[in-house]
Amino acid sequence: MASSVQTPRQVPEELTPAPRHELDEARHPGVRQYIVVAIVLALATLAEVVLYYLDLPRGLLVGLLLFFAVSKFALVVLFFMHLKFDNPIFRRLFVTGLLLAISVYAVVLVIFGIHPGGNQG
Amino acid sequence: MAAVVDEQQVLRRRGVFRRPSATTGAWSWFTTVDHKRIGKLYGYTSFAFFLLGGIEALLIRLQLARPNGQVLSADVYNQIFTMHGITMIFLVVMPMSGAFFNYLVPLMLGARDVAFPRLNAFSYWVFLGGGLFLYSGIFLGGLPDGGWVGYAPLSTQNIAVHRMDFYALGLLILGISSTVSAINFAVTIINMRAPGMSLMRMPVFVWMTLVVSFLLIFALPVLTIGLVELFFDRQFQTTFFQAAQGAQGDPILWQHLFWLFGHPEVYILILPAMGIVSEVLPVFSRKPLFGYPVVVFSGIAIGFMGWGVWAHHMFVTGLGPVANSAFALSTMFIAVPTGVKIFNWLATLWRGDIRLQTPMLFSLGFIAMFTIGGLSGVTHAVVPADYQQSDTYYIVGHLHYVLFGGSIFGLFSGFYYWWPKFFGRMLSEGLGKLHFWLMIIGFNLTFGPFHILGLQGMPRRIYRYEEGLGFDFWNLVSTVGAFMIALSIAVFIFNVVRAHRRDEPAPEDPWDARTLEWTTTSPPPAHNFDEIPVVRSLDDFWHRKYAEGQDGRLAPVVAGGADAQGAVAVRRDDAGHGNDSGSGDGSGGHGGHGIHMPSPSYFPLLAALGLPVLAFGLLYSTFLVADGVLLLLLGLYGWAMEPSAE
Amino acid sequence: MAERAATAVPEPEVHATSTGLSNVKLAMWAFLGSECLLFGALISTFLLYQGRSEGGPTPSKVYDIPFTSVSSFVLLMSSLTMVLALSAIQRRDEPKMRAWLMATALLGMTFIAGQVYEFTTFVNEGLSLTSSAFSSSFFLMTGFHGAHVTGGILLLLSLVGMSLDGRLPPERSETVELAGLYWHFVDIVWIVIFAAAYLIPTAT
Repeated sequence: MASSVQTPRQVPEELTPAPRHELDEARHPGVRQYIVVAIVLALATLAEVVLYYLDLPRGLLVGLLLFFAVSKFALVVLFFMHLKFDNPIFRRLFVTGLLLAISVYAVVLVIFGIHPGGNQG
Repeated sequence: MAAVVDEQQVLRRRGVFRRPSATTGAWSWFTTVDHKRIGKLYGYTSFAFFLLGGIEALLIRLQLARPNGQVLSADVYNQIFTMHGITMIFLVVMPMSGAFFNYLVPLMLGARDVAFPRLNAFSYWVFLGGGLFLYSGIFLGGLPDGGWVGYAPLSTQNIAVHRMDFYALGLLILGISSTVSAINFAVTIINMRAPGMSLMRMPVFVWMTLVVSFLLIFALPVLTIGLVELFFDRQFQTTFFQAAQGAQGDPILWQHLFWLFGHPEVYILILPAMGIVSEVLPVFSRKPLFGYPVVVFSGIAIGFMGWGVWAHHMFVTGLGPVANSAFALSTMFIAVPTGVKIFNWLATLWRGDIRLQTPMLFSLGFIAMFTIGGLSGVTHAVVPADYQQSDTYYIVGHLHYVLFGGSIFGLFSGFYYWWPKFFGRMLSEGLGKLHFWLMIIGFNLTFGPFHILGLQGMPRRIYRYEEGLGFDFWNLVSTVGAFMIALSIAVFIFNVVRAHRRDEPAPEDPWDARTLEWTTTSPPPAHNFDEIPVVRSLDDFWHRKYAEGQDGRLAPVVAGGADAQGAVAVRRDDAGHGNDSGSGDGSGGHGGHGIHMPSPSYFPLLAALGLPVLAFGLLYSTFLVADGVLLLLLGLYGWAMEPSAE
Repeated sequence: MAERAATAVPEPEVHATSTGLSNVKLAMWAFLGSECLLFGALISTFLLYQGRSEGGPTPSKVYDIPFTSVSSFVLLMSSLTMVLALSAIQRRDEPKMRAWLMATALLGMTFIAGQVYEFTTFVNEGLSLTSSAFSSSFFLMTGFHGAHVTGGILLLLSLVGMSLDGRLPPERSETVELAGLYWHFVDIVWIVIFAAAYLIPTAT
């Protein structure tokens, strides 16, 4: 590390404690945005149920149902759980678990011969 | 202030019990939240289980020493080999690593405690309860007897006795302990570092703790569900893992769930030892760790890749050629970051000023034995070879080379290295070396022959073999080796007793070490550091002691010189390090030096007690279930209503 | 929750952590990451077994999609009331926060009541825990989720109790936020279960 007898030792920048993210909530969405999100969620649920009773080809239906489920999932996580606004560390923690879960269980199901093209997602 | 006082009166009025305050004496061990004392509790308990698991191993070796062994019946043998595996994995290597995490991580980070001290105590008590619950079967119809892997149908049949119920519920309880503790350590490492301790200045041991914590956080829930389904199969006659007599379940599902947990678990068991070795080698070579970032990143890579290899435990179940090939490839790939680490360790030794003291010997033993185990592991990655090796003693040989030759050698290296820090006493070098040589020779005598036996076709988990199969000689050798290991452990115990009888305090920094825990007294005070250290580089303590002269040689820094002036610590005694709320808490107990430390508490113990009671209730009586839930809720309620410090 | 509750110092000191993030919130997100793998295992077991219903009725036979849609909607809307509670305490409006927390708990109870009704109907129609691999995996998955919701309801009710007691001042709004994270997580798990276990398998 030290190239000469003595390295100048300055107090590194990280010594000043990171500012506490007290103001996270200032960046949280307001009541109106929450209500808008909730309306979208309600409409998506309605769309799912309507689609379910329509006479669509199964492949298309499954695709659409998955689309709506993923959108609802993302809306709740990003807005209600504030992942869109909060520190990326939180996002990484959650997304790691989520992606890990999706990938390993997908492999297990594929090994069992159960594919998304079959009769489920 | 007035508000605080009012608040405390309110709390006192509401408290279920009076707050414990003793910090010494036997009772204080039950209420302590000090990470160092909890670390010692983990250490004592796991060592006791180590002796128990060792006795089980000796019984197994006695039974198999000669053909047609008469020592144990088949039934007892099944219980003993199952409990040997469960004990060594869940009650020895994991919690013993936990002892090191607990004691060392805050010290290495320059923190006063972990992020959640009471949660830390809770983890320990849950672990102890889970361990005792697992063994309570000895009085209640027998110990688990379906193998530590609990494959159905061995685990789901014979529901008349509770043996495998103890397995399912016991591991569930232990899983809760490990998950809670893993979350605690992950948060501690992310959030409780001393000023200047950036991630890439953390000791490798801390890095490995972080990787292990995340592996536990993500792997344990998979096992949890497997165990719940197993328990449902046994208690409520579901058929998750049963295919016999028209049942629609699938025993292979258990294997997937078990190994999805089980393979990350392998790295959970080995990475702490790799961390210890990465601390010991530089100190005893008087050189920095070669390629620190590479060691760190290969540790992280192992953590990630550990998720993509689980099915190599299941080649013989018939996964199909595509899955077999994919998992064979990923398994060969994971040998790469492991190999990278081994070369980094060797390069650390290269041209070092090597001192062959006991911790170093054990670390070198680790490298050699783990390399053998790693290589035999790669042979299982070759699917056709694995078809031959599966369920033979070859596999048993491999796993002991990585778990005993790897983890246990690493952990003993850690014991010898940090003993002066833990207890303020030096262990004898002579006895330590005797321990090492007895253990490494005994180890190779015991487990080396397993490879030969396995290739000769001796199946694992058999309680007896016929004469004339060619198994006689090597089994006898193995048994002799096992008793040699037992002798080496006796030497270790004698060494410890002797060191503690003599009143010779250990110096603060006996090994001329590199990391922060050696800057404080041996053993450290309750608050760890009088002043929170300020970190300027990797191996900061070393750089405070030595600088490189113009000729490129190390020169000690003169005490009180410019360097010492540079090391003025920032005083941060704001109670913060380690209070439960994380957002700070002004009131606090006094840990000396006017430093506020979290106060002891009954509630972690009380809440933890609820879990085994609940588990017994599930097996024997609804009344006990209610009791267990009540205890748990009472504990959590008291906990929530109690400030972290007062 | 227990971890942080009720130290009740009126103004929590700003305590510098290395990242500036709160310890408990980090712990909560790590826990939720872990829960992803827990529910993943339950849902995978269900997906594996949902076609195996010899010995009992099939999914299409027992499911009452309109009914489950309504209870899914109820749970979804409880997420709205939960964020409104958080928003209220962030605006230092404690009575309103308590009202929204109560509303959330009531919606949660409605959902649980619906689940109890659904389970009872299923059992009456011959789908018990042990009828088939499908039924076992269905009851285990939805039961685990129901247990999580029930835990959440208890949590919400204790927050209301704490608030009435003056132990949940606006400075402690993070406690409400954490309870909210848990509650929303349970909600998104249901979004997945509703699509993957109810709608998709029985869609024709």
